[in-house]
Amino acid sequence: MVNMMEDFNSETDSDYTSYWRDWFVSSRGNEYFCEIDEDYLTDRFNLTGLNTEVPYYQYALDLVTDVFDLDADDDLREQIEKSARHLYGLVHARYIVTTRGLAKMLDKYKKCDFGKCPRVLCDGHPLLPMGQSDLPNMSTVKLYCPKCEDIYNPKSSRHASIDGAYFGTSFHSILFQVYPALNPEKSMRRYEPRIYGFKVHAAAALARWQDGCREELQDRLVEYGMSHKFVEESDSEEDAYEYGEENEPAKTEKVAGDAASGRMDIAN
Amino acid sequence: MSSSEGAPESWISSFCSLMGHEFFAEVSEDFIEDDFNLTGLQSQVPMYKEALEMILDVEPEEDEEEEEEEEEEDEDEVLGDERPIGYRRAGDRRHARVASDLSVIESSAELLYGLIHQRYITSRPGIQQMLEKYEMQHFGVCPRVNCGGCKVLPVGRSDTPGQETVKLFCPSCMDIYTPPNSRFHSVDGAFFGTTFGCLFFMTFPDLSVGPRLDGALTAAALANRSPPPQMPNEPPTPDEQPLEINGMHASNFCPGLGRGKIYDPRIYGFKVSEVSRVGPRMKWLRMKPRDIYEVDEARNHEFNTVYREEEAREHEAREREADKDGDTEMNAEQSQEAVIANRKKAPMRRRRPTPGQAAAPSDQMSVQSAEIG
Repeated sequence: MVNMMEDFNSETDSDYTSYWRDWFVSSRGNEYFCEIDEDYLTDRFNLTGLNTEVPYYQYALDLVTDVFDLDADDDLREQIEKSARHLYGLVHARYIVTTRGLAKMLDKYKKCDFGKCPRVLCDGHPLLPMGQSDLPNMSTVKLYCPKCEDIYNPKSSRHASIDGAYFGTSFHSILFQVYPALNPEKSMRRYEPRIYGFKVHAAAALARWQDGCREELQDRLVEYGMSHKFVEESDSEEDAYEYGEENEPAKTEKVAGDAASGRMDIAN
Repeated sequence: MSSSEGAPESWISSFCSLMGHEFFAEVSEDFIEDDFNLTGLQSQVPMYKEALEMILDVEPEEDEEEEEEEEEEDEDEVLGDERPIGYRRAGDRRHARVASDLSVIESSAELLYGLIHQRYITSRPGIQQMLEKYEMQHFGVCPRVNCGGCKVLPVGRSDTPGQETVKLFCPSCMDIYTPPNSRFHSVDGAFFGTTFGCLFFMTFPDLSVGPRLDGALTAAALANRSPPPQMPNEPPTPDEQPLEINGMHASNFCPGLGRGKIYDPRIYGFKVSEVSRVGPRMKWLRMKPRDIYEVDEARNHEFNTVYREEEAREHEAREREADKDGDTEMNAEQSQEAVIANRKKAPMRRRRPTPGQAAAPSDQMSVQSAEIG
């Protein structure tokens, strides 16, 4: 935070009225943000309610829209600067669920700007930023993986301090509602802990139980008239591999609920 | 022969202090010097002898001459008392080598050390050493939010070198993750092996893998700890839960999975329905039964057997009553046989009706209810 401030001050002391948003989205640590259109920011309707949320609201807005021309001392400028960043974040959460915002974030998603899923079996699928709350100061930004549908902490500490409310809880779901074709195929591959080649009973029993849940889900979906296939159930060759030294096809083993695999489980 | 011979730092400790080698434990020289521990490695590592010398910091001696042929013979089984000679011989050869050989030996030594390391960390002193590293959080924490910063262990996905890099195993969600720091993306996973992860937690079953309660995570972890409130349409949380399940402490059995630990996507506060085309499809991956007994398969099997026997008896009785006037004997026998056949066919299968079971719907029902209860 301190560094960011210093960066800003050194840059803006000379020329603080130009392209605040440009600077903001390109500065280190703000890689997750996209640039909000001027039009969107100047439409007061889009800012409804934010004036009570942000101190020095008007000044902050002026700063963000590059019309700030107040002769303020350093302390005040710092306050306003902080407010401006907060305001930008809160508007950002609203902006990214608009058509243009979604398109911008989609570009960033495709470029892997938000990082890749740390889960090994997701094969580095691109992530999306999200918050666990829409209210500011509740929790920091998390990353959602559309492949395993779970959320992860950003690996870099400079992202770990960003407020999750700047992205909101709904954004990633809306993105895939709007662009359903981009929803990745889900995989039922999983990690199977083994000891000297033998599956570990506790993990294997849980996996069998989870497979049951998955089959129930599929049955439910069939009832609703929409079947869902996991990657391994389609004919793509490459994905039909299960992790393991034997390289046996996942299909037979997975569909049989692991009970027919004939391998012993280890219990201690 | 030991590192105290003069060199300020042994090859092993300098290797382990290299950037990116933070996950490695320092294999004790006693372990390496025991040939039993090196069985089979000779065929996997080029320039095996030289590599081994390098690892053990054996100084070559120059005053002894031996024939090449004998050397070749010895190579396969170097016994304890023959070793010093073997080393000296190999040392002579090293002097004749050009400098480029050294880098080959160096990489061989790294490979050999990695393979020994894979074995060492499953041995008693090795796993103890890894425990110390684990407790000091040398391997990092799980990136998954709902694991609450559970400490992770380095594991491989293959025991054969050159296949995949090292991964991190989280005991809280039983999944593996790529190390966040790219310096580990060149470390071979085989140097840790597939066995180590689970063996570690079986060796130290009392190690708590729940969410951590220190540092910045405290608030989140505390919030995660208290179970979510009872929903009206959910079955009540079962009271009686075992302390141990499938050889693990129930409290350490995937604390990062199950109710309250599954991410629930929402749009403006409303859950995204699974009927939606892009609705959640992967929740099963993070599920855990609320009644932990559901994964106690042996117990369930016993339950089912008893239940099915009762069911079979009832079925038989019903058949008898229905066919009182007809050819009773035959039918009763047949149906009993069918029931027994069903039991044999699908001892632990759930939810998917087998053809045999479909023929006897009442039996199928009882199987399901028994599984759930």
